[in-house]
Amino acid sequence: MKKIMLAAAALALTTSMGVAQTVRIATEGAYPPYNFINDQGQVAGFEVELGNELCQRAELQCTWVKNDWDSIIPNLVSSNYDAIMAAMSINEERKQAIAFTENYLPPAPSSYVALEEGANLETGIVAVQIGTVQASHIADTQATMLEYPNIDQVFAAVRNGEADAAFGDHEVMRPFVEDSEDLIFVGEQVRLDEGIGIGVRQSDNELREKLNAAIGAMKQDGSLNELIKKHFGEDAQTYE
Amino acid sequence: MFSYCTDPSALQGLAWLSCYLTTGNHMLFYLSFGTVLLLLAVTAPAALLFGFGGALAARSRMTPLRWFGRIYTSMVRGVPDIIFFLFVPIALDQGLEWLRSRVYCDPSVPVRQGNEFIVCAAAKLPLSTSPEWVHQLYGIFLAVIAFSVVFGAFAANVLHGAMNAVPRAQLETAEAYGMSPRQVNRRILIPQMWTYALPGLANLWMILIKATPLLFVLGVEDIVYWARELGGAKTRAYAYPHPDWRLYYFLAILVFYLLMTWGSERIFDRIRARLSAGQATAAGEAMRKAAT
Repeated sequence: MKKIMLAAAALALTTSMGVAQTVRIATEGAYPPYNFINDQGQVAGFEVELGNELCQRAELQCTWVKNDWDSIIPNLVSSNYDAIMAAMSINEERKQAIAFTENYLPPAPSSYVALEEGANLETGIVAVQIGTVQASHIADTQATMLEYPNIDQVFAAVRNGEADAAFGDHEVMRPFVEDSEDLIFVGEQVRLDEGIGIGVRQSDNELREKLNAAIGAMKQDGSLNELIKKHFGEDAQTYE
Repeated sequence: MFSYCTDPSALQGLAWLSCYLTTGNHMLFYLSFGTVLLLLAVTAPAALLFGFGGALAARSRMTPLRWFGRIYTSMVRGVPDIIFFLFVPIALDQGLEWLRSRVYCDPSVPVRQGNEFIVCAAAKLPLSTSPEWVHQLYGIFLAVIAFSVVFGAFAANVLHGAMNAVPRAQLETAEAYGMSPRQVNRRILIPQMWTYALPGLANLWMILIKATPLLFVLGVEDIVYWARELGGAKTRAYAYPHPDWRLYYFLAILVFYLLMTWGSERIFDRIRARLSAGQATAAGEAMRKAAT
């Protein structure tokens, strides 16, 4: 009975309403300061503020969807939502599956984190978040790679000795390292990507064009740089 | 929540904890216990219904129906649960959207374009414009179907076995009284089979309770999702920074599940006593002896 009622309700909803376009944006909600769940249980962070601003400029209705990182691309492709803003670096591998807008963050450095200075980064065990550009990078080095579904577990692996070091986005790791008494940055920073952009379906040119125009406008008038500084600090990389 | 919670960084000890445990996302965490209970409350009867249908179909004198019942139970029982839980919601979602796209969209446009599955905006389920709770409810609805199909197959097997366990003499007596096959089923077979089915059904209920964390796999924000989310280390980007506390959150969930299963055991003991009374089983015989 319940199923029938739900199905009927779903049908009724579709027939009565017009087709006002709403853009659903997916984010991970576990990658501060890019995106996280705040104390009210809502998504917040740099990308949420930026996304809302972009939608306003592009005159789109936007809502936010939380989705785990490892299924975030498959669910975009199967149309569960329309865009991804989840600190996703633009790279060739991902361009095979989805399309990106121009970047809204310049290429960011990635760093190693360990418990002690002498950690073996070349041939030791390095923890990364699964499916990130950092994971692809470690896979190409001599190090043994351990993959975890989110950044918390990456740090946990370093703390309990499963991994010699962690490798990840510098801006994400920085607050964890500064807050902790044991973790330190080691080795040299690496530059991996073409910046961070919004992921959309390859067929969705209309949405990509609208978002590109909005990002371009925000780069032009300097409001994007202000937003970056607000969330990543005064020293953050900005656009010229 | 409380008036003194406006500046969390100035708080200490118990005051901090009381504010921390009453933040908006903790409220959502507490509500998610309700999600789990709701799932159980809807799934258990639905699965029992599926099981009843499956068992009756497997006993049916109509050959296609009997095949259907047998194939359903053996196929679903032979596939790992998690495969089914991953398969059913995606298949159902895309199947429904495909059906709707044939009605509401231009049918000449294929839904599969390269690696993408696209239907027009009017065929989306739920619609992009619908509020978030509709999406959540839809997710839970898909999960309930997946759970019901899987546990229905097990229940069908249990009930089928229980129906076969009812002593033949009982049914024969009913037939001798001139009852039709339907009357035998309704008056004798079904009332008597429960005592044989109960141990199996009780087991299934326990497994169902313990399978609810699979909701998390289906993307529903259940207690496991929130425990992981809230327990993870929080930096100063958050109002209530704390180290990795997942251990304590998972401990709370562990206690919750233990209480659930412990309570269920007690309830089943009562039902078992009630159903065994007056039955021609060892338990019924023991009760009769104890009473005299």
